[in-house]
Amino acid sequence: MDVTLSVNGVSRTASVEPRITLADVLRDELGLTGTHVGCEHGVCGACTVLLDGRSVRSCLLFAVQAAGQEVTTVEGLAAADGTLHPLQKAFHDAHGLQCGFCTPGFLMAARELLDENPSPTESEVRTWLSGNLCRCTGYQNIVDAVLLAAERMRGAP
Amino acid sequence: MDVYLPRTLPEALELKARHPEAMPIAGGTDVMVDINFDRHRPTALIDLTRIPELAVWRREDGHIFLGAGVTYTRIMQELPGLRAWFQAARTVGSPQIRNRATVGGNLGTASPAGDALPVIAAHDGEVIMISARGERSLAWHEFLVGVKRNALHPDELIAGVRWRTVRGPGSFSKIGTRNAMVISMAGLCLLLDEEARAVRVALGSVAPTIVRAAEAEAFAAAEIARAGAWDDPKATLSEGTLAEFGERVTGAAKPIDDIRGTARYRRHACVVLGRRALAWALADRRG
Ligand SMILES: Cc1cc2nc3c(=O)[nH]c(=O)nc-3n(C[C@H](O)[C@H](O)[C@H](O)COP(=O)(O)OP(=O)(O)OC[C@H]3O[C@@H](n4cnc5c(N)ncnc54)[C@H](O)[C@@H]3O)c2cc1C
Ligand code: FES
Ligand code: FES
Repeated sequence: MDVTLSVNGVSRTASVEPRITLADVLRDELGLTGTHVGCEHGVCGACTVLLDGRSVRSCLLFAVQAAGQEVTTVEGLAAADGTLHPLQKAFHDAHGLQCGFCTPGFLMAARELLDENPSPTESEVRTWLSGNLCRCTGYQNIVDAVLLAAERMRGAP
Repeated sequence: MDVYLPRTLPEALELKARHPEAMPIAGGTDVMVDINFDRHRPTALIDLTRIPELAVWRREDGHIFLGAGVTYTRIMQELPGLRAWFQAARTVGSPQIRNRATVGGNLGTASPAGDALPVIAAHDGEVIMISARGERSLAWHEFLVGVKRNALHPDELIAGVRWRTVRGPGSFSKIGTRNAMVISMAGLCLLLDEEARAVRVALGSVAPTIVRAAEAEAFAAAEIARAGAWDDPKATLSEGTLAEFGERVTGAAKPIDDIRGTARYRRHACVVLGRRALAWALADRRG
């Protein structure tokens, strides 16, 4: 079955079995391995991508269900010339990652939060990210990074 | 496995009539977990996420109709005035789950831990089912027939739920192991119905299906009447009465021990959830 999706603004077509998840198509068919797969049952958040601007678990979605929709992955965050997105820069500056396995999921979840609420409180950030698991950082630096990115993005012209 | 992607309700109903074994999939947050764990291998799926007729809610002559395809995120954004619904939606999973998961999926799965279900029960909701043959509806307790079992026929889809608007405060609260970590150990929805001068309490996760605590409901309504609080919102109930209400709420529970908690803990949770919910509702009326 042929599926056409818009991925990070580019129309991509893949020939897939109906029972293949969006996460697997992104990684195996389209070579976008930035989307990580941890638990495959919706709990860890590592596979988070945006579907028409809303964060979803790509392990809980068949690729064919996303046909014709707009998918944004972590590869779509940085600018075309490689300039990091303010969230990526802030994760770097505030030490929001250690092993980095969870990072793509946190970045995409945080991106939706800041799209909707440019000035979240610390507690709003924590609540929003409660569905993403990290085994390294203890979360504090991740929360700090999101707050730092929000501050920089508000300051931007 | 075949996947059908109908774009209209008639198209979906025709597919379901032709392929009654095909499993509907809405947000996929229950279906996919089963498939990824290999607990279930459907031969065919019918994707319902493109069907506009299921993704609507509306007010109709004193009732509210909530379509099966409405997500929890949309309930929070579009129906914040329905306090208990808002609170239940907010407790489901995490934002990424709420962006996909639907009320229809909660009804389809019919788990005693489904958080929308006590809210539907407290509203005396009826479930609307639809097939190529036509439409029918069942009261929530006729629809939820057992643990993970509902009264849907193989050629039917859930269209949504419908209930008479309730005037008065209400809440949903639950106890679970961690925010965003799935399933509740006990959940409770309480509504004060100012017009009928009634109290409605429904419990989740503490019996094979959702239960109403009828005896506790009658007790609370009578105590509120005795205190004169239906007419005078400033009148209060004593701590002792609230505590007794909590004990009576627990009387409706038939909990079991499982990996999430013991029956004893669940009974205690019902006492606390019940007492608090009634205290909140009375405080809300005092304004
Ligand atoms: C990480 C995680 C956390 C979760 N946390 C919670 C929680 O806190 N509270 C809670 O209640 N649930 C929770 N769930 C379970 C799940 O999200 C809910 O039950 C949700 O309401 C299911 O909706 P869905 O649209 O994703 O259903 P789907 O998975 O698409 O479908 C579920 C079932 O309903 C059937 N179905 C769906 N729509 C229809 C229809 N219109 N007509 C006929 N049949 C239909 C399907 O065939 C299937 O049997 C969680 C799940 C995950 C993965
Ligand atoms: S891999 Fe999708 S939530 Fe864990
Ligand atoms: S940085 Fe290692 S899991 Fe989060």
